[in-house]
Amino acid sequence: MTSATETSRLAPAAPPEALDAARLRADFPILDERVHGRPLIYLDSAATSQKPRQVLQAEYDFLTHANAAVHRGAHTLAAEATDLFEDARATVAGFVGAEADQLVWTSGATMGLNLLAYAIGNATAGRGGADSASLALHPGDEIVTTAIEHHANLIPWQELAARTGTTLRHIPARADGTLDLDAAAALIGPRTRIVAFTHVSNVLGIVNPVAEIVALAAEVGAVTVMDACQSAPHLPLDLPALGVDFAVFSGHKMLGPYGVGGLYGRAERLEALPPFLTGGSMITTVTLDTAEYLPPPQRFEAGTQPVGPAIGLAAAVRYLDEVGLEAIHAHETALAARMHAGLVEIPGIRLLGDPSTGSGTATGSGTATGSGTGAVERVGLWSFDVDGVHAHDAGQFLDDRGIAVRVGHHCAAPLHRQYGITASVRASAALYNTADEVDEFVDAVRGIRAYFGVES
Amino acid sequence: MSELDTLYRELILDHSKHPQHFGLAEAEGAHATSHQKNPVCGDEITLRARVDTDGETIRDVTWEGSGCSISQASASMLSELVEGQTRAEAATLIEGFREALRSRGQIELDEDVYGDAAALTGVSKFSARVKCAMLAWVALEDALARA
Repeated sequence: MTSATETSRLAPAAPPEALDAARLRADFPILDERVHGRPLIYLDSAATSQKPRQVLQAEYDFLTHANAAVHRGAHTLAAEATDLFEDARATVAGFVGAEADQLVWTSGATMGLNLLAYAIGNATAGRGGADSASLALHPGDEIVTTAIEHHANLIPWQELAARTGTTLRHIPARADGTLDLDAAAALIGPRTRIVAFTHVSNVLGIVNPVAEIVALAAEVGAVTVMDACQSAPHLPLDLPALGVDFAVFSGHKMLGPYGVGGLYGRAERLEALPPFLTGGSMITTVTLDTAEYLPPPQRFEAGTQPVGPAIGLAAAVRYLDEVGLEAIHAHETALAARMHAGLVEIPGIRLLGDPSTGSGTATGSGTATGSGTGAVERVGLWSFDVDGVHAHDAGQFLDDRGIAVRVGHHCAAPLHRQYGITASVRASAALYNTADEVDEFVDAVRGIRAYFGVES
Repeated sequence: MSELDTLYRELILDHSKHPQHFGLAEAEGAHATSHQKNPVCGDEITLRARVDTDGETIRDVTWEGSGCSISQASASMLSELVEGQTRAEAATLIEGFREALRSRGQIELDEDVYGDAAALTGVSKFSARVKCAMLAWVALEDALARA
């Protein structure tokens, strides 16, 4: 169900030059760590990525040579800091195909999604300019998310629905983890005002059909909100070309620092959005009773911004760009394919959302068939269930071998419930992982059930 | 013994595979039920404590739930340990257990006092797993406060 545009975007005519993971690893000091006497094998990049020296150095250089308050003060450092901060904005915006003034700094994707939900709530309460009314919700309106969302793209909409008296609905996932677009077409209608969905599932690694969802939303004039956390570090990303109104991503998942992220908005949508956080740096005229606000993006950047982290994030996206997103995607999906080939051979391992075996079949889905998904685009991660062994125990066993994976529900409890489990093990690759690491990981997984005395 | 084996002692794996006092007893007499959840990994336990007519002695502790081997074994061991103990004795056991598990390997649980649950000593060196082991003990503390 992957759209033609996406497929072509991800499969360039000339194959990308293969990246040299062994060489890139030298840029990531933490990869030299040893865990329980073994070399660290870091397969938890979907939770947070490791950071290259270039990112640390960019922050260090800023703090040791140019640190000052941005957008205020007339001294030399203040001007230099402002230039670096705004250059960082342009760099990160460019990385996702956007103009600088379409990128709002946030503390991360969760903050970006809450900003949107609260700002739309403010529009509903009558705040903002004349065009803010276009975002206001009314009784009977509906907000649509999906059954596979990270809690960050679910709970802000639950809360917004509760505050505004609107209804939250969910696009179901098919048995194989792909979104049920037939159900989406039936669900998205004249009452739909917001469609919030993830570009790539953080549990399944499946790239969702953005073009189809955006088309359904456009037909009814609904605002689209896309969680790009799991795509931004792994796929070439052009947000304006994807046609979404808003998108969010987190810096720390894309080789950048903690505490910084981006909210992208289409110019006219951002312009219509009233502020959420208010205070200094986002105003024009202030009296004791009223205030007028700056245009985007500053309208959404009240208070002191994470300047150093923003400059670090710019260095991170430059690093990703230099390696090349197409090469990164090819490398990571090859690792995931190797992982898949190894894991499916191990008795008692059930990969979630695996169309090749059908063993990842979810229950309770509206549609039983999972066919026709051979062309599903993925990123480099797999989540799985180990029969007879709780994910937490499996993760502990892997940790003893120096292997870092994520265990739990990965902030997607409803999706795990659909698969009839409360937790899974997730291994997620990044540009710095190697085929040898994947082999070691698969080998270790092979030993889990025996260690815990579970018969195969 | 490898570091991992100090966590997954044979006794712990035995209890998790053959949990004792599993299945809630009839809700009769002085009793209270506590539901505890570890949101990090999804461990869940529902534990019921019943108290004798003297109002002081624990008649029995039963439980049900799902989760990792540490959380399940710990509930099983606890329910065996506190049957017939007084409220005060149970409170002392819970306090000592909590202190040992938070000690990062500094305090060992005495087998004469804690029985099978002493095997959970090793958990204290794995700080991410302390909550798993504590789940049932927190549930008992909560239930006893209301039974």
